[in-house]
Formats: sequence, C-alpha cells, structure tokens
Amino acid sequence: MNTVLLAAAAVSVLTTFGIVLVLVFETFEFFRVVPFFDFVLGTEWAPLFEPKHFGVLPLVGGTLLVAGIAGLIAMPLGLVIAIYLAEYAGVRTRSIVKPFLEVLAGIPTVVFGYFALTFVTPNLLQPLIPGTDVFNAAAAGIVVGLMVLPLVATISEDAMAAVPRSLREGAFALGATDLEVAVRVVVPAALSGIAASFILAISRAIGETMAVAIAAGSTPVLTLDPTRSIQTMTGYIAQVSLGDTPQQSLEFRTIFAVGMTLFVMTLALNVVSQLFVRRFRNVYQ
Amino acid sequence: MSAAVAERMRWRPTVAGRRRSGRLFLLLCYAATAVGILALVVLLADTLIKGAPGLSWQFLTSYPSRFAERSGLLAALVGTFYVAVIVVAVAFPIGIASAVWLEEYVSPGPLRRILETNIGNLAGVPSIIYGMLGLAVFVRALSLQRSLLAGGLTIAILVLPIVIINAQEALRAVPSGLRHASFALGATRWETIRHHVLPAALPGILTGTILALSRAIGEAAPIILISSIAFIAFLPDSLLDSFTILPIQIFIWVSKPQAAFHAIAASAIIVLLVMLLTMNAVAIVLRDRARRGVGW
Repeated sequence: MNTVLLAAAAVSVLTTFGIVLVLVFETFEFFRVVPFFDFVLGTEWAPLFEPKHFGVLPLVGGTLLVAGIAGLIAMPLGLVIAIYLAEYAGVRTRSIVKPFLEVLAGIPTVVFGYFALTFVTPNLLQPLIPGTDVFNAAAAGIVVGLMVLPLVATISEDAMAAVPRSLREGAFALGATDLEVAVRVVVPAALSGIAASFILAISRAIGETMAVAIAAGSTPVLTLDPTRSIQTMTGYIAQVSLGDTPQQSLEFRTIFAVGMTLFVMTLALNVVSQLFVRRFRNVYQ
Repeated sequence: MSAAVAERMRWRPTVAGRRRSGRLFLLLCYAATAVGILALVVLLADTLIKGAPGLSWQFLTSYPSRFAERSGLLAALVGTFYVAVIVVAVAFPIGIASAVWLEEYVSPGPLRRILETNIGNLAGVPSIIYGMLGLAVFVRALSLQRSLLAGGLTIAILVLPIVIINAQEALRAVPSGLRHASFALGATRWETIRHHVLPAALPGILTGTILALSRAIGEAAPIILISSIAFIAFLPDSLLDSFTILPIQIFIWVSKPQAAFHAIAASAIIVLLVMLLTMNAVAIVLRDRARRGVGW
C-alpha cells in the first residue's frame, strides 16, 4: 500500500519537474535564436510581424499595469473588509458577508472578463473618462481586483484572528478606542499575514488569463495610461495559442519564453508570501 | 526638545474626537463591504438581465452556429461533463492517496516539508502554465493530440494540489485518539486508515473535492492551449476526439464583436454559474452536516 500512496504523492513532484523542464527546454531553444538581453531589455514586442522585435518589456509593463490597478482595488478594500470582519462584525453580519466573499472567489475568470468588457468599460469607464478604448487596462484591472479581493480579505482576516486576545484587552485597558485597537494594535501585529495576502493577490493578478485576454486588448505597448489597450503576458500566450502559428516555429516558442518570465515572477512572489506567512505563524504559537 | 517631540506633545485629541474617528472608520468599513457585495450583485444582475431571455431548451441542445440565435451549448455541456469525469477519475484518487501518504505515513520532517512546499507552490502556478505543460506532455509527447483526454488530464493536474490540500485538512481534523484506539486493538496502519480515518474524514474530503471540481469546471486558460477552439459542431465519440467546454464557448462568444453573441455568452454564463453554485451549495450542506453529525 505504501508504494501505491508514494506513487500518488510522486505525481506532484513530477508535475513540478515537468513544468520546469518544458519551460526551460523551450526557452533555451528560443534563446539560441534571440539574444537574452534583446528579450529582457527590449521595449518593442512584435514577434509575429516583420521586422520582428522580441523585447518582452511591453508585455511585462502591461501585466504590471493591470496587476497594479487590481492591487489598488483589492488591497485597501480587502484590508478594510478584513478589519471589519475580524474586529467589528458580529456573528450574523459575518454569516452574511462571508458567503458573498466565497461566491465572489468562486466565479470563473472568464465571467469577470465578460463583465469587464460588456459592463465596466461601457457603463463605468467610458462615461467617466471619454475616449477610453473598448479594450483597456483599467477595466481588466478593476475586475481582476474584484477577483482577488476575497483572497486579501480572507487571509488578512485569518492573520488578525490569530492575534491573541490579550493584546487587544491590554490596549482597551489603557483606554484605546475600537479604532485604535484595530489600527494600532491588531493590524501591526498581523502585518506579516496582511503582507502575505497582498503579495499573493498581486501574484494571482499577474497570472490571471481569461479576464485580461477578453478585456485588456492585444496591443503590446509600454504605457502607464490605463484607458489604453495593452497586452499582458498571459494575454499574449492566449492570443498566439488561438492563432494558427505553426507549433515548431520561433514565433510559437515565444509563448514559452513569456511563460517562463511569468512563472519566475509568480514563483518569486509566492515564495516571499510564504516566508511572511511562516513568520506570522511563528510569532503567536 | 526636538521639534518632532514638541509636535507630538501638542497632539492631544479629545476622547470625543477619537470616538468620532472611530465612527468614521466604521462607516468606511460598511462602505468597503458594501462595495464588495454590490460588485457581485451588479455582476450577477447584469448577466441575468442580458442572458435570461436567451435561455431555452433549444439553446441547451443546439450546436454552435454562425448565427447567434441558432447557437447552442450542447457540445460545450457534453465536453464539460466529460472533462469533469476525467478530473474525478484521475485527480481524486491520486490527490486523496497523496494526502493520506503525507498525513498518515510520512513523519514530520524535511521530506514532508519539501513535499508540502512543492504542493503549495504548484497551487500558485498560473493556470495557463499548466496549459503549456499539457501541450508539451499530453498533446505532443504522448501524442494525444488536441483531445478530450489531453484536456481532461491537464485540468486534473491543475486541480490536484487543491484536492491534496483540502484532503489533508480533512484528515488532520480526525482526532488522533481514533487512530490510537485502532492501533491499540491491533490494527495495522492501513487497516486503521481504511476502516477508521478515511470514513471519518470522508465528508470533509468530499466537500474539498467538490470545491476543486467547481474550480475545474470554470477553468478556461489551460484549455486555450489544448483545445483546437475551432467550430465544434459534434459530440466527442471517444476520449481522443476534439472537444470544447463551457468557459471556452463563453470566451469565444464574448470575443466576437456582435452584441447578439455577447447576449448568448451571458446566457451561457448563467448556465455555468448555476452549475457552480449548485455544486458549492452541495459542498456547504455536506460540510455543515458533517460538522453537526460528528461528536468529537
């Protein structure tokens, strides 16, 4: 029996090796043709047109723009909701708010893409900021923010719930108000958990595909203007996969090089976030 | 005395003032929570208003078409069903076995920590990367082509870490007294797991697996790399046929410029959300029943 179970557990290890091997192999083939620094430092991305350019920065910039907007939405909202749930809300309020968060977290990302394209852009952004492109970074960022909001709220709330009661009672005994206890005692005590939730949210936002493939556009430009059409790394991978680029061509290999970039970025963020989680677990146990 | 310290000493908020900022903050809390809830309500209402008129029996039982009003979900529904079956058949046995091994066989130590870190990291890998893995391994190396089997296996690998993590949690919730009692009566490790630990953990495992399955059904990104996306106007005859799934069909319709296709995309979203919400509701009921039924 032990061997059967061991074999099952080995599948996860094999998956990791598989992902790394596939990405490394294809990326290596890619870099035999395209110089590494042209890829990493290039500011023009046009692998499918002549003259070809393989600078990944426009895709990274587009990704970070969307993730940044998502962060601006999810972090403050998620943190305040977490403080509310952990420090203020009673059992009944929690039993209403929590299911809403769970449902929000369970909605498929393709649905958020639909919502961004057919509701957020035409009904919110274009009336507010005339001249907003049909496909734009802002709408994608907003819905990705909503998508990762439950993540921030849940992990931050868990972190605050782990802060010992005695800290709060000490502060109350010294005459602190509810707000002072929440903001000056509980939040600092739970800071590493909150930081972990923020980093994880950004990592999710960077790796999110369907919403940005639908709503953010397919124009790889290096811009900070959220009303413009851009392209993210995931959006590019989706676009090439949907097209009829021959699979053995250099053009198709670009998706693995872009995928490698994406993998490295999200992995780094996830590892940092785990370090933070471990820290806040160690403090109060 | 430095200027900063002097400044701080001058800052003497009244108790009333501190209370007032407390009340203001509470308003902020209400507002933030309301924004979150409102966003979800608007999303659901908007989809319902735009999509409900298009729902009909014909919509559920037709193939996609060049004309929005004749298009239907049949191929996507059947494809989603088969993918779900493959996920259940592959990810759940492997996932539960992995969890049993990690929780019941491996003693806490570096090996277990490495394996668990690995699973945690896999859960954080963007789903489209799994599509690349599936493309390289299942579609190309194992020559499954762009088939149902390749797609199902890719999604199974994708949700495997979630299945493992959920099953581990369910196993951890079984009190160790139960194991000790079984060992004391002379049962072997496997007998203990088979007859006592697994049955006790079953509701929790089931809840976790249903949640993982609902994630699997909504996932589209990896399938973009696997499925041929083309017009699928037939049902798969075998595991090696090409296929489409519900979220991919939605993606295709949303990506078309015509509003009529956006409307049927909304109808398809309603179908998808009803499926997912039903599954989640079942999971929640199971979880609550398990919590109430067990006395420890």
